[in-house]
Amino acid sequence: MHTDLNILQIDHLKTYFHLNENKIAKAVDGVSLSIKQGETLALVGESGSGKSMTALSILKLINPPGKIVEGAIYLNGENLVSKTDKEMESIRGNEIAMVFQEPMTALNPVFTIGNQLVEMIRRHKKVSKKQAKERAIELLKIVGIPRPDEIMHEYPYQLSGGMRQRVMIAIAISCEPQLLIADEPTTALDVTIQGQILDLLMEMKKKFDMSILLITHDLGVVAKYADEVAVMYGGQVVEKSSTKQLMNSPKHPYTVGLMSSLPSIKNPKKRLATIEGTIPPAYDFPSGCRFSTRCPKVMDRCINESPNLYPLKDHHDIRCFLYEKGVDNDDE
Amino acid sequence: MSRYIIRRLLVFIPMLFLLTIIIFALAKAAPGDPLTGKQLDPTVSKEVYEIQREELGLNDSLPKQYWNWLSSLASGDLGNSMYYNGRSVESLISSRLLNTVYLGVFAYLITLAISIPLGIYSAKRPYSILDYTATTFSFIGLAIPNFFFGLIGIYIFSIHLGWLPSQSTMSDPLLTGIPALLDRLHHMILPSFTLALAGTATYMRYVRSEALDILGSEYIRMAKAKGMKERTILYKHTLRNALIPIITLSGYEFGILLGGAVITEQVFNYPGLGMLFIESIMNRDYPVIMSINLLLGATILFGNLLSDILYSVADPRIRYD
Repeated sequence: MHTDLNILQIDHLKTYFHLNENKIAKAVDGVSLSIKQGETLALVGESGSGKSMTALSILKLINPPGKIVEGAIYLNGENLVSKTDKEMESIRGNEIAMVFQEPMTALNPVFTIGNQLVEMIRRHKKVSKKQAKERAIELLKIVGIPRPDEIMHEYPYQLSGGMRQRVMIAIAISCEPQLLIADEPTTALDVTIQGQILDLLMEMKKKFDMSILLITHDLGVVAKYADEVAVMYGGQVVEKSSTKQLMNSPKHPYTVGLMSSLPSIKNPKKRLATIEGTIPPAYDFPSGCRFSTRCPKVMDRCINESPNLYPLKDHHDIRCFLYEKGVDNDDE
Repeated sequence: MSRYIIRRLLVFIPMLFLLTIIIFALAKAAPGDPLTGKQLDPTVSKEVYEIQREELGLNDSLPKQYWNWLSSLASGDLGNSMYYNGRSVESLISSRLLNTVYLGVFAYLITLAISIPLGIYSAKRPYSILDYTATTFSFIGLAIPNFFFGLIGIYIFSIHLGWLPSQSTMSDPLLTGIPALLDRLHHMILPSFTLALAGTATYMRYVRSEALDILGSEYIRMAKAKGMKERTILYKHTLRNALIPIITLSGYEFGILLGGAVITEQVFNYPGLGMLFIESIMNRDYPVIMSINLLLGATILFGNLLSDILYSVADPRIRYD
């Protein structure tokens, strides 16, 4: 495991939004993550936890007043934070590609599918227009689109949601990136299509030997598709481990809360558990542990002190004072 | 598409018909008739006027007068001018129309060439110095009546600096070929900038606000995530989407340019349709007034049809069956 190369490594990334002189939204606040070659890392959390901002920070697509204020993002050992805009332009799409949540709004409504695929291929690869077109048709075939020659001339509004997301994936893989960021790629889709799209993503991962950063709030998806998981809350990673470990023995009170809010086949009549309250806004985090306002196990010190990410065995990290000494409660 | 165009053209017929009624009614509602004012001439007896009135059909009933006008219109006869020694209205208008068309097209090109890049740039860097400057100028442009802007232009560029002519379309009517073209363009600079002023200001505001919306959209973020260059993002992905409201404006632009030309041509003594229009009103030259009105109305109708057709070209989601 340790010998595997990290395709992407994020160290203490902080992305802040300077809303006004006294108001700073700490959307991403000290996030560290790594993804190995061919691995799928799931980033889980509620809306507002900073998952998408982490993803956009990797591509350096944070709009002002947002800014990466600290930390480093290494892609194959090269720090993206210190790259110029020009350098980033040729990395985006080429080495790191992104699949967006809502294909209807992410595809430009006034250009044909073919145009949007070809422009991407021609931007990063030195090929003729004809070659790019052939490649585009091939890509549409790969992602399972019927009649690719005709679809090339159609507009996004003429396709179904599932088809549009397949087109998005075709665009994303068109330059064979090393890392694919999928930001809730199935949220906007029918449940019946969701599985197909995720299966397709995994198939593409294998075919092109990519790594995937999968952003989701669906723990079912995580269990089925991810190798590693990082749970985010309030701009921080609160728990990080292998999927198996997290599913079998979640540790952080927040993760435990998320897991118990899932419906269970064994006990279908039981009312689902909820986590009281909502995530605090990023400009108004509590001074201690960010989960302290909603935590069922809150202690006095949680109010004023911020916990670090404490390592347990097997690369299981938890941001909670309960695990400060590395105790694994499983044995109790 | 062609069915749609044909259907729209058919709708033109009742609209034009309605337009003729309005124009006729307005002409009749104005106090006096073509001979009013000339009656003051003491050397001509009242009977002569009465005979002329009878000849011109001014003593007929209103419906009959309207019918006479309409039936000659339908046969392509716009009538004869009452002022220019009975010259046909058609020849009068055609002698002036091209000048106005040149001026309008030139002004429109200026509008597009200035407003689109400025609007896009302002949207790209909102609240920058250039954005504020452009916004300020566009408000000034909207607030200043264009004849006043024209006078300032004459004062600065013709009188003080002596760079640009302030009158007419050519300095020497005997010129031909390239020198004639250049001379015409030289004469057109001041009037066309004056005419373009208000449109440029409006367009710039539209392009800016539209582009600002678009730049915050998901597909622009996607284009950036694809690694597209900034130029491509601005002038392909953004502009193409921003064009849609611009096309709506362009439909009215026909009318605005022609209407604006009425005043601008007067300021620059530019012999176009607008000046002919004013002269005809001054001289109570009803056939000319009514014909120009009809022409303006038809142009606006046509402009709207054109913008509807262009919509479907710019936005594939709009399709007419």
